Amino acid sequence: MNAASLIQAVKDRFPDGVKASHSYRGDATVILGREFLLEAARKLKEDTVFQMNFLMDLTAVDFSTFGTKRSPAFFANSGIAVSPSPEIPDADPWPGPPGGHPTAGAAPGTARFVVVYHFFSLPLKHRLRLEVPVGEAEEAEPEVDSLSSLWAGADWLEREVWDMFGIRFRGHRHLKRILMYEGFVGHPLRKDYPVNKRQPLIGPAN
Amino acid sequence: MDLTKTPGSPPGEPETREMLLNVGPAHPAMHGIIRIITKLDGEQIVDTDVEIGYLHRGFEKMAETVDYNGVIPYTDRLNYVSPLINNMGYCMAVEKLLGISVPERCHYIRVIVSEISRITDHLTCVGAGAMELGAFSVFLYMIKAREYLWELVEMVTGARLTVSYCRVGGVKGDLPEGFDEPCRKALQETRKVLAEADALLTRNRIFVDRMSGTGKISAEDAISYGITGPFLRATGVEYDVRKDCPYAVYDRLQFDVPVGTRGDNYDRFLVRMEEMEQSIRIVEQALRDIPPGPFLAHPETGRPIPAAEMVDEGKIGNIAAIVDTRAVTDPTLEGAAKSQHPNIEAGEKRVFLPAKEDTYGNIEGLMQQFKLVMYGHGIRPPKGEVYFPVEGANGELGFYVVSDGTSSAYRVRVRPPCFAIMSALPKLLIGDMIADVTPTFGSVNMIGGELDR
Repeated sequence: MNAASLIQAVKDRFPDGVKASHSYRGDATVILGREFLLEAARKLKEDTVFQMNFLMDLTAVDFSTFGTKRSPAFFANSGIAVSPSPEIPDADPWPGPPGGHPTAGAAPGTARFVVVYHFFSLPLKHRLRLEVPVGEAEEAEPEVDSLSSLWAGADWLEREVWDMFGIRFRGHRHLKRILMYEGFVGHPLRKDYPVNKRQPLIGPAN
Repeated sequence: MDLTKTPGSPPGEPETREMLLNVGPAHPAMHGIIRIITKLDGEQIVDTDVEIGYLHRGFEKMAETVDYNGVIPYTDRLNYVSPLINNMGYCMAVEKLLGISVPERCHYIRVIVSEISRITDHLTCVGAGAMELGAFSVFLYMIKAREYLWELVEMVTGARLTVSYCRVGGVKGDLPEGFDEPCRKALQETRKVLAEADALLTRNRIFVDRMSGTGKISAEDAISYGITGPFLRATGVEYDVRKDCPYAVYDRLQFDVPVGTRGDNYDRFLVRMEEMEQSIRIVEQALRDIPPGPFLAHPETGRPIPAAEMVDEGKIGNIAAIVDTRAVTDPTLEGAAKSQHPNIEAGEKRVFLPAKEDTYGNIEGLMQQFKLVMYGHGIRPPKGEVYFPVEGANGELGFYVVSDGTSSAYRVRVRPPCFAIMSALPKLLIGDMIADVTPTFGSVNMIGGELDR
């Protein structure tokens, strides 16, 4: 199924859940309210129209500093705008961060994080990206439903997102850090975690 | 947990107890740093916990701090056994974000080097796995073959391990002059080694006994864990990114996707052995089909033209004869002198980092380099997000890149193929004997750099 009809099929099944959609560079993308996630994922897996049997990737993006990076003033306009080759789809523009711009003075309801799911259907050979904005209104540790009951692979991927972003997964059987050690403070891939921050290495608990 | 006595053991029976055995983080039979905590009943594994993260370097965080081309050396260090595939995956993701495509010759070059990398990766995996089961000579033979291939890689990229060969919008330099012949020869040598390894292992009683029936996983479980690559194909599922979502020029090349039936260690070994043969096939076809690059030699004399001589020719107006040829400069990389690369770059000077020969040799190259590496300049893709998968040696290697329109990526995420396999490791080990950890873990082909990033 191509990107447009795939998005339409998701919209037809979840008219309330789908907040927005786009197919920037041909990647079918649907932005979904978090309360619909588990139901939508189950549908994607089981519905014969989708047959998304692979959860290829699960990650998150912290959009809190999106668009705030300063360009050096003198060079502000020396950047390179590249026009795409004709064979690469460019018709559908990217609408911006899925949860809105969560910078200072943002409108209420804008979300800081986006949990990103990449699904793939082996029988039908199509891919879908599902984005779930979380972390509205200064939630310290936002929470979203776990998909580990549907895909076994979600277990470790969700642990990694918890480790790196501090997003909790409701229904995960054993949410603990995976790449960092237990005594580590903070979540390193959050944008407010300084890149040069050092912490003492603490060995495993036993 | 009381380790002295199983609470339920009936009176009069010999007391049994479960034992905790810690394997790792630096066990000699481990290919990387990993810790497996096993709970044993006799020699049988009843439960296991896998701990990873010992090689975490913060790749994804670092990728947010450097410019787009600056990430390429870091990608070398993800799967360091086949770095060229990582290079290619990352560059193709950024190219998709930018919306540019590279010339055909560049695609072919990338395909050739990444298939060579795939062979080296499988050679290492199968060789090391066999060594751990006692077949030391197979390991030596396979490392010998890997050496032939690494010599090719060194010819093309100038380095053996940390190659950094691809660029956003092209590759660092063209294939060196006369690459065909040593390449074909190395592939023939590799074939011989594969035949030797096949003779030594495939019907070897000890090897088959250790590999067959151990580390089993069903196709449904493998899909549920998100396992891809040879590991998935050994369970009988025919999924290969090169076939199912073809990229570069894989759709023009003939190759088969080998699949297994039982999903055990032995099938994984057979699949990897056959995949090496298929990769050799791909490289041979690509060498045959690759569009010609620019010529270094003078069309009349058939020898390369030194730069000074070319200037003299130009001064006397003899331009027609040399218009398509290139002067010899002092190359840092043999292939780089061949062209001022019309056939290997995307034709988009605002993106492609010029070869060192250009940077040092002419003002256009210098300016192009300046505009790409100086602070505040560099590639600035439009705002957006893309996901691009390629077939890594261990499975689907995906790069998810988010751009905020500045010269460094807002977020780079790697989908490491062996992460999914490692998360299924408890499933593979439970029920097997403790001695089966070695062949099973060997066939997982864990690469720490890619797993922990």
